[in-house]
Amino acid sequence: MSGHSTYEPRTGAEKWLERRLPIVRLLHDTAVSYPTPRNLNYFYTFGAILVFMLVVQILTGVVLAMHYAANSAMAFESVEAIMRDVNWGWLLRYMHANGASMFFIAVFIHIFKAMYYGSYKEPREVLWILGVIIFLLMMATAFMGYVLPWGQMSFWGATVITNFFTAIPLIGEPIQTLLIGGFAVDNATLNRFFSLHYLLPFMIFGVVILHIWALHVTGQNNPLGIDTKSEKDTVPFTPYATMKDVFALVVFCMFFGWFLFFQPNYLGHPDNYIEANPLVTPAHIVPEWYFLPFYAILRAITFDIGPINSKLGGVIAMFGSIAILVFLPWLDTSKVRSARFRPLFKIFFWVFAFTCVMLGWLGSRPAEGGYVLAAQLFTAYYFAHFLIVLPLLGFLETPKPLPVSITDAVLAKNGGHAHPVGATASPEKH
Amino acid sequence: MSKTMIRWAAAAVLGVGLGFGGFAAIAAEEEGGEHAPTHYPIHKPEYVDWSFAGPFGTYDKGQLQRGYKVYKEVCASCHAMSLVKFRNLAEEGGPGFTEEQAKTLAAEYTIVDGVDDVGDPLERPREPKDAFPSPFPNEAAARASNGGALPPDLSLIAKARAVERGFPQFVFDVFVPYQEQGPDYIHALLTGYQDPPEGVTVPEGQYYNPYFIAGMSLAMAPPLSDEVVEYTDGTPMTVDQYSKDVAAFMMWAAEPHLDARKRLGFHAMVFMAVFAGLLYLTKRKIWSDVAH
Amino acid sequence: MVDTANPAEPTRRDFLFLTTGAMGAVGVAASLWPFIDQMNPDASTRALASIEVDISAIQPGQSITVQWRGKPVFIRNRTPEEIEAAKGVTIEELKDPLARNDNAAADAAATDENRATEGMENLIVMVGVCTHLGCIPLGQQGDFGGWFCPCHGSHYDTAGRIRRGPAPENMAVPVYTFVNDTRLRIG
Repeated sequence: MSGHSTYEPRTGAEKWLERRLPIVRLLHDTAVSYPTPRNLNYFYTFGAILVFMLVVQILTGVVLAMHYAANSAMAFESVEAIMRDVNWGWLLRYMHANGASMFFIAVFIHIFKAMYYGSYKEPREVLWILGVIIFLLMMATAFMGYVLPWGQMSFWGATVITNFFTAIPLIGEPIQTLLIGGFAVDNATLNRFFSLHYLLPFMIFGVVILHIWALHVTGQNNPLGIDTKSEKDTVPFTPYATMKDVFALVVFCMFFGWFLFFQPNYLGHPDNYIEANPLVTPAHIVPEWYFLPFYAILRAITFDIGPINSKLGGVIAMFGSIAILVFLPWLDTSKVRSARFRPLFKIFFWVFAFTCVMLGWLGSRPAEGGYVLAAQLFTAYYFAHFLIVLPLLGFLETPKPLPVSITDAVLAKNGGHAHPVGATASPEKH
Repeated sequence: MSKTMIRWAAAAVLGVGLGFGGFAAIAAEEEGGEHAPTHYPIHKPEYVDWSFAGPFGTYDKGQLQRGYKVYKEVCASCHAMSLVKFRNLAEEGGPGFTEEQAKTLAAEYTIVDGVDDVGDPLERPREPKDAFPSPFPNEAAARASNGGALPPDLSLIAKARAVERGFPQFVFDVFVPYQEQGPDYIHALLTGYQDPPEGVTVPEGQYYNPYFIAGMSLAMAPPLSDEVVEYTDGTPMTVDQYSKDVAAFMMWAAEPHLDARKRLGFHAMVFMAVFAGLLYLTKRKIWSDVAH
Repeated sequence: MVDTANPAEPTRRDFLFLTTGAMGAVGVAASLWPFIDQMNPDASTRALASIEVDISAIQPGQSITVQWRGKPVFIRNRTPEEIEAAKGVTIEELKDPLARNDNAAADAAATDENRATEGMENLIVMVGVCTHLGCIPLGQQGDFGGWFCPCHGSHYDTAGRIRRGPAPENMAVPVYTFVNDTRLRIG
């Protein structure tokens, strides 16, 4: 989309369609001739992997919905009927359940890649914010999907999460009652969650299109974090990026397959194989692994802050930990994008990554004694990273000198013996 | 240069301090947890060498048939298994009964199904399409017969029970892969009944078992004893063997398509490995003229 | 765009691309199958279902309808006249010459003997679904005294054979056995 379209309709049918609906041109410009920086590494394949995972989740979800009964009396048994009796039902259901985890693994890598290479910085702020919106929608979808099997964790997860809203003074309880459609999580809740769980992925799909559009307006960032200066810096998306993406995708599918076929219950919780019982709470409620860091932040606020009690404080901290991402482009004051040229940021990036991993682990621990203290420490760093470290680093850090261009850097890396560049590989070079 | 060094050092101190502080807090917690057994089970289950473990594991038909016998003659007097149908006994990847055998086994029980011409409930023999019978008509009856405790349905028990692995085992489990927490737990529980240690009093109607996941004792009396179920194939008739067989049977009941899953998985992984190899070569060829 | 095929070894390169492409196509096709096959009847539906029916109360000239595998099954106790009428028809007069009886051979002729069971000729048991477009015909009606389908006007005789109208086949006879004189097992 950036630059002139190189598409030329050749056949009669293409010309006919071109005058009426230039969709082939759109696809050609988006997925064929779109120039990508030639120095992208494998972390940049996760965008394609995420699109694939979204499609997998929608496809498996649509077919599972053909067999699932969204009714509190039948949901658990209908899921078991899928697992036992529906042709390939076990495969489709495990694919969907583990697919959610794979989706989150991919999205976390995608997000951390963007943080490492500074892909959220000018002019890609909108691209980044659209990504945060997708992430939020994914979390909502995953949470509601986890409720549908109507196991013990489904039920109590739904109860705990919807109780967040009661933390809001005065209007909290009416809001919670409205959301769950009763005085406790019940059939009405299950029904609306099913409806929304079916709806949200299509909204994600819509935002993904905006996300890709924004990406194609600004062009991709790259591991060097410098702008592409000339056509020499880029290669056409097809076949270069396409082939790399497909290769990475199949490797990712093998990782997916390792869980799907050989340990499909590793990432789940055993309590969800017990049917929901509104009278018995499981020994300790743990959300799915991808929510654990946020769960740890929620539980880390055990103290009142002025007029805000610990319950409301926890909810604010948890939502704040995601909301703060929206402001990341402006909290990071450094003009240099890539961590490769930011010696201090690089260290703090890994401290931040370590913090997130530790928060994840702490989220799975019972909220007792030392675990709480540790969670508080890491929560403090989580916010300090955004609110103190990143703003200050821009002023305190002396970045390493940036290369003149991508091509320069690539040629230097390859000892100056590189072949001519693909995008400019015009006929005279061969 | 020295300025950079100082910055690195400062950042490193922060990172290490954060990590150390966190770990110190956690370590303090874990030490504190040593005193009283507030976390159950008291003992973690021991590993059993299951035929269905690992990427190539499959169910042992003979073991599933023996396990069914133990379930039927011992467990079924209190526990339902309502998600398992008699037809499953003859299905691919299961205990390997013939369809005729499944029919005969089903016909040993009756089911109330529909009404006759004057509206009275109609009782007929069970057929392969019917589920295993429940020993009690409802939850209240089950509790009344079991001192207030509800014997859980065993259909999914092998997937619904798992003793937490903790760090670092849960990381290693991914590579093994280890998915047999459930049967390990069932085996440990069934063989784990013992006299309570000195100074520990067990409530009336409860039985001490350090392997029980939710306390130090449970309401289920030791269900098995040596030679309580007749094996005709020469397998030792011991509590340990019964426990293994019935745990394997429950694993099958919870995951009847395990064999098919692993078989398909092997094919899919081999296919993807070859495909990925080809894709890598193709990708390298395409990129061969571009330095990157 | 970039076509940088090495002229020295075009075959090896083409072979690699072709093999990779073919494998991709096979992989996609194989992955799609579960998504399609899941729509076929599941194991509980496929599990052979059978029902037992008490037939002692059906008087000659009466019929009952029971449900089997989600479909109606007609059990009609025919009067001697109705049996005679059915027996009096020659195969040449029939639109569908095959018996369509799961208890008989697939190519059995549509005689009345092949539609009913020997010794119980008065009983006709069949899936009560019009072979045209799946409506349920009305009993004791139509030009031949058998069944009449109100949807598109198919007339069946007293052996459930199509005689006039758009339906192409005789109504299907399911597998059934007599448990004893009063009980019939379908399926």
